[in-house]
Amino acid sequence: MIEKNELQYVASLARLKLREEDEEKVREKFSMVLDYVGMLNELDIEDVEPLISINEVSNVMREDEIRESMSRETLLANAPDKMYGCIKVSKIIE
Amino acid sequence: MKALDLYSLTLHEIRDKIRSGEICSKEVLDSVYNRIENLDDKIGAYLTLAKDKAYEAAESVDKRIAEGEKLGDLAGIPMAIKDNISTNGIRTTCASKMLENYVPPFDAHVCEKLKAAGAILIGKTNLDEFAMGSSTENSALKTTRNPWDLERVPGGSSGGSAAAVAADEAFFSLGSDTGGSIRQPASLCGVVGFKPTYGAVSRYGLVAYGSSFDQIGPFTKDVEDCAIVLNHLYGHDERDSTSLAVEHGDFTEALNKDIKGMKIGLPKEYFEEGIDPDVKKIVLDGVKILEGLGAHVEEISLPYSKYALPVYYIAASAEASSNLARFDGVRYGYRAKEYDSLEEMYINSRSEGFGDEVKLRIMLGTYTLSSGYYDAYYNKALKVRRLIKQEFEKAFEKYDIIISPTSPTTAFKIGERTDDQLAMYMSDICTVPVNIAGIPAISLPCGFSKGLPVGMQIMSKALGEASIIKAAHAFERNTDFSKKKPTL
Repeated sequence: MIEKNELQYVASLARLKLREEDEEKVREKFSMVLDYVGMLNELDIEDVEPLISINEVSNVMREDEIRESMSRETLLANAPDKMYGCIKVSKIIE
Repeated sequence: MKALDLYSLTLHEIRDKIRSGEICSKEVLDSVYNRIENLDDKIGAYLTLAKDKAYEAAESVDKRIAEGEKLGDLAGIPMAIKDNISTNGIRTTCASKMLENYVPPFDAHVCEKLKAAGAILIGKTNLDEFAMGSSTENSALKTTRNPWDLERVPGGSSGGSAAAVAADEAFFSLGSDTGGSIRQPASLCGVVGFKPTYGAVSRYGLVAYGSSFDQIGPFTKDVEDCAIVLNHLYGHDERDSTSLAVEHGDFTEALNKDIKGMKIGLPKEYFEEGIDPDVKKIVLDGVKILEGLGAHVEEISLPYSKYALPVYYIAASAEASSNLARFDGVRYGYRAKEYDSLEEMYINSRSEGFGDEVKLRIMLGTYTLSSGYYDAYYNKALKVRRLIKQEFEKAFEKYDIIISPTSPTTAFKIGERTDDQLAMYMSDICTVPVNIAGIPAISLPCGFSKGLPVGMQIMSKALGEASIIKAAHAFERNTDFSKKKPTL
């Protein structure tokens, strides 16, 4: 089973916080899934190339043209907090 | 037929009536909204209704028809859309507290296309939060019930879209399929569900879960309707860099075709342990019907398929952890009320806004991508993904289509699998390999077990949709399973 501090570290990387009462249950589910996917270790796949893109395409390019974008008002409509036409968050510099 | 009973017809029947001038789009809309008002308290398919906009659109379609304009197949047809597909001006929640009040300022590519064809959006349907789940029980907003038995789940993640079509609350609907999220609920609700070839339908405007697996596709009442809707979904879109630049033909040309000589492979691994014996028998009986119509059936083996679920849970979770990093409470979505710093605002917003399954998959993905584990999990999964894809390619050199059950069981009871993580994941054991390989597949009603619908999955090689439609329609013409309706 994954160690408690290891799970807390993973959560912090993902910017998540586990409620103390949930920790055991999450550890159990997490470990169960990890054990299950460990099934892949049965396979000898040293020489297989990883499949990164299903249709094996890469770097789809287009001309860099100037186009109309959405208005500031439209883009800010869903912002949880705003001020002076900008998105507002708490202070990050002293 | 009374105007208020129109809801029970298929898309193509309604189309013919609108075309002939027998009925107008507004009457169809009245019938469907009346049905929803009478029924949806029981089913819970819809999260949001868009009545005002729908009536405006219907009026405009009716006006164009009155002026003599010749409109396409979908003109005036009411449709439902899964609530992880962006709809301009109509809230798109992903059934998450994170996006409960989010209103997209743009339409997904598929919505633009369907709107341009005159289809009318009646509402947005329930799903497992961010499309993560197999029963729609992970919705943070609503419970959806299976129209065939209200104590049972509709399947998932597109459970609302499947239930809406099964209960005649829409003529067709859209879902998204990352590991079976269209086909599995279609199977459990007794409707037709189609997952297109990866890249065939633009993902622009679909809230991303596992981007290398996600595809948008339709739920319909029969195969003919499926072919009609597919015609309107396919096509290149430069806003999705994985969108294929290929011409697709007219899928309705694959209807009413003879299937004599068609080669069908039956992969033995998909009929083994974990598959309910009744489901197995019903699907095999269905295959016999196709054999009776002149198809050649042979047993085949796809031994790598058993690794599809582990590959899926590593790769899709990894992609989810990256895709869902954007939800930080800054630009849109839920922002926590209490925090002391910017970083704490991110953490609290995410921890309060996401549900348990979403958080679990984000953490799994973060773990398998983190340094020290990347090679052991993520890279290994991508290697096995190639093996699974190659195995299918090889099989399709010999066979036109491959048939399996869609779901290993019929609809299960609400709450039955919520505490058993792996039992829930196993719901997708037959559907996940299709997404791993990027190929298309349909789920088609093929019988009933103890009064609950059973679905048959028909797969083809990438861009082999016409073979699937051909076989599925031949089956449907010779059976009446698609015509059966739940008693509501």
